[in-house]
Amino acid sequence: MGVVARTGVPDRHSEVLAQQSTDMPPIAYAAVAPVLIVLVAACLGVLVEAFVPRRQRWAVQVALSLLTVVCAGAALIRHAREINTGGTTFADTVAVGPATLFLWGTLLALALGAILLIADRSIEPGGAFVAETNAASGGTASRHPADAPGAASAEVMDRASASVVGMRTEVFPLVLFSLGGMMVFCAANDLLTMFVALEVLSLPLYLLCGLARRRRLLSQEAAVKYFLLGAFASAFFLYGLALLYGYAGSVKFSDIADATAGSLRSDTLLFAGLGLVVMGLLFKGSVGPFHLWTPDVYHGAPTAVTGFMAACTKVAAFGGLLRLLHVAFRASSWEWHWVLWSVAVLSMVIGVVSGLTQRDLKRMIAYSSIAHAGFLMVGAITLTERGLSATLFYLLAYGFTTLAVFGTIGLVRTSEGEATHLSDWAGLAKRSPVVATVFTFLLLALAGIPATSGFMGKFAVFSAAFSAGMGPLVVIALLASALAAFIYLRVIVLMFFNDPAPDGPTVSVPGAFTTAAITLGVVVTLLLGLVPMLALDWASVGGFVS
Amino acid sequence: MDQRNGLGDGVTTSVLAAPEPVQAAQGAIQSNAWLIIAIPLLGAAVLLLAGRRANGWGHLLGCATVIASFGYALALFSSVGGSEQAARSLHLFSWIPVNSLQVDFGLRIDPLSLVFVLLITGVGSLIHIYSIGYMAHDQQGRTGRGNTERRRFFGYLNLFVAAMLILVLGNSFVTLYLGWEGVGLASYLLIGFWQQRPSAAGAATKAFVMNRVGDVGLALAIFLLFARLGTTQYAEVFARADELSSGTVLAIALLLLLGACGKSGQVPLQAWLPDAMEGPTPVSALIHAATMVTAGVYLIARANPLYSMTEVGQLVVAIVGAVTLLVGCVIGCAYDDIKKVLAYSTVSQIGYMMLAVGLGPAGYALGIMHLLTHGFFKAGLFLGAGSVMHGMRDEVDMRKFGGLYRYMPITFATFGLGYLALIGFPFLSGYYSKEAIIGAAFAEPGWRGWVLGGAAVLGAGLTAFYMTRLMLMTFFGERRWRNRTTSEGEEFHPHESPAVMTGPMIVLAVGSVAAGFLLTSGERLVHFLSPALGELQEGHTVLPHSVIPVLTLGLSAVGVLVAWLVVGRRRVPDTAPQRVSPVVRAARADLYGNALNRAVAVRPTVGLADGLARFDRAGVDGTVNGVASTLGALSGVLRRWQTGFVRSYAMSMLVGGVLLVAALLSVGTP
Repeated sequence: MGVVARTGVPDRHSEVLAQQSTDMPPIAYAAVAPVLIVLVAACLGVLVEAFVPRRQRWAVQVALSLLTVVCAGAALIRHAREINTGGTTFADTVAVGPATLFLWGTLLALALGAILLIADRSIEPGGAFVAETNAASGGTASRHPADAPGAASAEVMDRASASVVGMRTEVFPLVLFSLGGMMVFCAANDLLTMFVALEVLSLPLYLLCGLARRRRLLSQEAAVKYFLLGAFASAFFLYGLALLYGYAGSVKFSDIADATAGSLRSDTLLFAGLGLVVMGLLFKGSVGPFHLWTPDVYHGAPTAVTGFMAACTKVAAFGGLLRLLHVAFRASSWEWHWVLWSVAVLSMVIGVVSGLTQRDLKRMIAYSSIAHAGFLMVGAITLTERGLSATLFYLLAYGFTTLAVFGTIGLVRTSEGEATHLSDWAGLAKRSPVVATVFTFLLLALAGIPATSGFMGKFAVFSAAFSAGMGPLVVIALLASALAAFIYLRVIVLMFFNDPAPDGPTVSVPGAFTTAAITLGVVVTLLLGLVPMLALDWASVGGFVS
Repeated sequence: MDQRNGLGDGVTTSVLAAPEPVQAAQGAIQSNAWLIIAIPLLGAAVLLLAGRRANGWGHLLGCATVIASFGYALALFSSVGGSEQAARSLHLFSWIPVNSLQVDFGLRIDPLSLVFVLLITGVGSLIHIYSIGYMAHDQQGRTGRGNTERRRFFGYLNLFVAAMLILVLGNSFVTLYLGWEGVGLASYLLIGFWQQRPSAAGAATKAFVMNRVGDVGLALAIFLLFARLGTTQYAEVFARADELSSGTVLAIALLLLLGACGKSGQVPLQAWLPDAMEGPTPVSALIHAATMVTAGVYLIARANPLYSMTEVGQLVVAIVGAVTLLVGCVIGCAYDDIKKVLAYSTVSQIGYMMLAVGLGPAGYALGIMHLLTHGFFKAGLFLGAGSVMHGMRDEVDMRKFGGLYRYMPITFATFGLGYLALIGFPFLSGYYSKEAIIGAAFAEPGWRGWVLGGAAVLGAGLTAFYMTRLMLMTFFGERRWRNRTTSEGEEFHPHESPAVMTGPMIVLAVGSVAAGFLLTSGERLVHFLSPALGELQEGHTVLPHSVIPVLTLGLSAVGVLVAWLVVGRRRVPDTAPQRVSPVVRAARADLYGNALNRAVAVRPTVGLADGLARFDRAGVDGTVNGVASTLGALSGVLRRWQTGFVRSYAMSMLVGGVLLVAALLSVGTP
C-alpha cells in the first residue's frame, strides 16, 4: 500500500481541494481506460438519443452498450496482465490495484448480463420499459432525454397502445452512467471522489426504477422512495465526510489511515464520521437495519433493473466498503469491529426471518439479498488477505446468481405482467420443467449447496472469518444460512410438489438476449462451484492500493 | 504422511515393489480411480438432460453405469488387496487454491474407503436392477416409452451413487462435505419423488432441514480444523492432530458427531428418517438403509485418530449410539406400517454401529463390519417389503396383511432370511457382527461396560420382538386382506413379483446368510481394515466371555416367544387398539421424538417460545407453508416495520444511524 509518497500530503491536498492547482495532473490512461470507455460511451448514448432516428435507436443503443462493455473488459484485461502492484492517478483521487481491477471485472461482466436482460423485447412486446410517449400519441415533435421520467405519466401509458411501440432507449445510457459511477466508486481514493461517484451511480438508478411499462404506479413509487431515502443516506455520508475531514485534516484514505494509526486527535470526530460514512455505504449495499427500501424498490422496479441493482449495486457498495475499511480504517478496526459485527448479525437475522414469510418472489429475493449482505459483512470485516479475496469471490458469485434469478423471474407471466406472487409459481415444474429446474439450481446456489458457487463463496468467507478469530459470528452465520435454506426450499417445494392453479401464469419462451443472460448466470454459478480457482486465483492476487 | 506418497505427487506415479507389467496395470487402475465416480455422474447427466428420448433405455443405462462402477471397484480392490501400503492419495486438481486456503480435490484409496465403495456400488447395482421392475409403472400406469418417471428416477439414483462415492472416496473433510451435501440433495429429490403426495413433500423438506442442522456441526468442525491446522486433508490432519489442544479435539469430535447424528438419524435428530419412507421403496433400501444413513458411522470411523484422543468424545458417541438403539427398538414395536418398522429398525441398528465406533480402537472395525452385514440384510428386508407392497397395491399397513407366505414364496424366503440375520440367529451374518459389538461393549471398564453392554443386549431382545411381530403379521396367521379393501376400495390380489425384482432379493439373502461368516472367518475384515482403523484391541469383559452370547440368544428367544404370545397366538385386530399403556402410546408418538426435535433443533434457532400445541400445527413437521408461521410472530413484527411509508423508513434509518454512531462512540472513546 505504500506506493504514494506520504510527505507533505496534507498541504498538497488542501491545494487540490481549493482548486488552486491549475496544472493538469498526470493520468495513467491505460489503468483507467475501462472507466473512460464506459463514461464516453454513456455520453455517446445520449447523442444517439438526440440524433439517430427513432426506429433505429434500440438497435444502435444495444449494440453500443454491449460493445462498450466488451471493449472496457478488453482494456481491463490488457491492463490487468501488465499491472503488478497498481498505483494512483488523477492526482491521487483514483487508485487502481489488483482488488479494484477484480471489482471492475465483476461489474463489467455483471453489467453485460444486465444489459442483455434490459435489451430483451420478446418477453414483454416492445421491452419492459416505458414506451415512446410521442409515438403513442402520434406526435412527431422532437424529444430530449431530460423529459424521460417525468413526462411518462400513467395515462399516456395506455396498455393497448403501449404494447405496440418500442421502449424508451434512454435506459441504456443511464445504465452506462450508473456503471461508470460504480467503477469509480470502488476505485475512489478519497471520500470526496467517493461521494461524487456515489451520486453518479445513484441518480441513474433512481430514474431506472421508475421506468417500468407495467404497474406504473408501483414503479414510480419505488423510484421516489429510493430517491428520497438515497438522498437521506447521501446526506449522512456527506456529514460523516465532513467530520472525518475535521478529524484528519484531509479526505484522502491514506491520510485518514495515518491519522488513525497513532494520534491524539479527537476520537469522537473519527467514530462519528466513520459511523455516518459507513451508514451511507450500508444503505447502498442494503445491509440491515438500513435495508428498508430494498423490498419495496426491488418489488416495484422493472425486473431487469432489479437484477442490475441487486448484482451491480451490491458489488459497488461492498467494493467501496472494502476499500474504506481495508485502506482507511484498518488501524482502528479494534474499535469498530464489534459494532459492524452486530450489524452483520442484524442483517442476517432480518433478511432470513423476514424472508420466510414473504409471498412475493421479488420481495423474497430482496430479503434474501439482505441476508446475503449480512454474510458479505462477515467477509468485509475480516481484514485479512483471505477475507478480502473471499469477499471479492462472494460478490462475483452472488452477482451472477442473482442476475440469473431475476432473469428467470421475468419469464413467468400472466396477462397482467409478471407473476411474482408465490402462488402463481405453484406446480411450475409441470408446466415448464426447464425453467423450474434452472430456478431450482439458482435457489440452491443462493442457499449455498455444494457444487454451486454459493457454497464456495460461503465456504471461503466463513473459513476466512473463522481463521481471523470470529468463531461466534461464523456460528451465527452458519445457523442463519441453514435457516435461510427454508426460504428457497419453500419455492422449490411449491414448484415441484404442488399442483398448478388452473388459470396460472404462462412461461414465456425467452428471446436470445434473456436466454444468453440466464445462461451466463447459470454457467458461471456452476463453473465457480466446480472450479472456483478460476476466479479465486485472480481475487487473491493482491489487495487495494492507496 | 509418508504413507500417502504412493500416488500423492501426481496421477501417473506408480506403485512401488511390484513386477513391471503388473505394476503398470495396477498403476493405471489406481490412477484412474476417479472413473468410479465419473461413470455414474455421467449417467445422471445423460438421464436428466436427454429428455424423453431416453425414456426407452434410460433405466438400462442407469443400471449399466453403476454395474460398471462396481466392476471397476472390484478391479481396484484386487489391485490394492495384498499390497502393504495403507493409503494412496490420488491428487486430481487443486480446488480452492488461495494463499493460505488450500483445498485439493483428491481421492483417498484405503481399506476403509474401498469397503464402502464396494458396498455402495454392489448393493447399489442390485437395487438399480430391482428398480427396473419396481418402477415399471409410473403413477398414471404408463409403461415403457411413456414412463418419464422411471428415467428421472434412475437419473437421481445415479446422482446419489456418484455423490455417495465422492463422500467416501474424498481425501479431505471438504471433499467429504461436498459428497455429504450431494447425498442430502439426492435424498431430498428421491424422498419427494412422488410429488403428488403432500406427505412426500413434507417428508422431503423435513429430511433436508434436519440434515442442515447436522451440517452446521460438520461445517463448524471443518472450519475449526482449518483455523487450527490450516488443512483439512485427512493425512495431514491426522498426522498433526497432536498439535491440537484437548479442548479443540473434543469440540471437533462433538461437532462431527452432530453432523453424523443428522445424517445417520441418531438421537436427537432421528425423526426425519421414518418420514423419509415416503419415497419409493428402492430408495429406502439404498439410501435410508444401506448407504447414506451409514455416512455418519463412516465419518466417525474416518476421524478415528481424533476420537482416539478424546475419551469424553468417544463416550458421548457410545452413549448416543446406545440411546438411539433403544429408542429405535421401542418405537419399532409400536408401528403397524411395515416400512416405518423397518426404518426404526435401521435407526436402532445404526445405533449399534455408533456404539461400536464409540468404543474406540476396540470397536471401529466392528462397527464397519456391522455396517456391511446390515447393508445386506436391511437392503434385502426393504426390497422384500417393496415386493410385498408391489403385490398388495402399495399397502403398508401390516394389519391388512397376513398369511402371505403362500402367495409370495420367494419374497417370504428371502425376507425370512433377512429377518433371521437381523435378530442375530446363530451363524447368519447379523449374529457375528452384533455379537461382536455386544461383547466389545461389555469389555468397557467399570459402569460403562454394564450400561452399554446392557443396552446392547436389551436391544437385541427388543429387536427379536418387533421383527417377529412384523413377520407374523405379514406372512403368517389369518389372511386378513380377504375381507378388507385398499383405501380406494379395491380388493387385494397378492402375487409374487417378477424375476427382475426377486433376483436381487435372492442375492441379498445369500449375502445376509453368508457375509458374516465370510468376513469374520480368520478375522479377514478386521485385518483388512487395520491399516485404516488401527489394530482391534480386545479388552476384558465384565461378564465371562461365554455368558454373553448365551445371554443375547436367550433374550432374543424371549423376544420371539413374547411376540408369538402377543401377536401370533391371538387374532390381530383390524385397527390398532386405542386403550393401551402409556409406554405404547409414547412409542406410537415416536417417543415424542418430533417434539424433542422441535425443542432442540427448531426452538433455539427460532428463539420463540410458543406452546407445544402451536408447534404441533406449524413446525418443521407441518406443511411446508406452515413452516413460516412458526416464525410468524417475529416475522410479523419485522413486517410491521415494513410500512411502505418513506417517512417511517427515514425515521428507522435515522434511529439506526444514531445507534450505529452511538455504539461506535461508546466503544471507541474511553
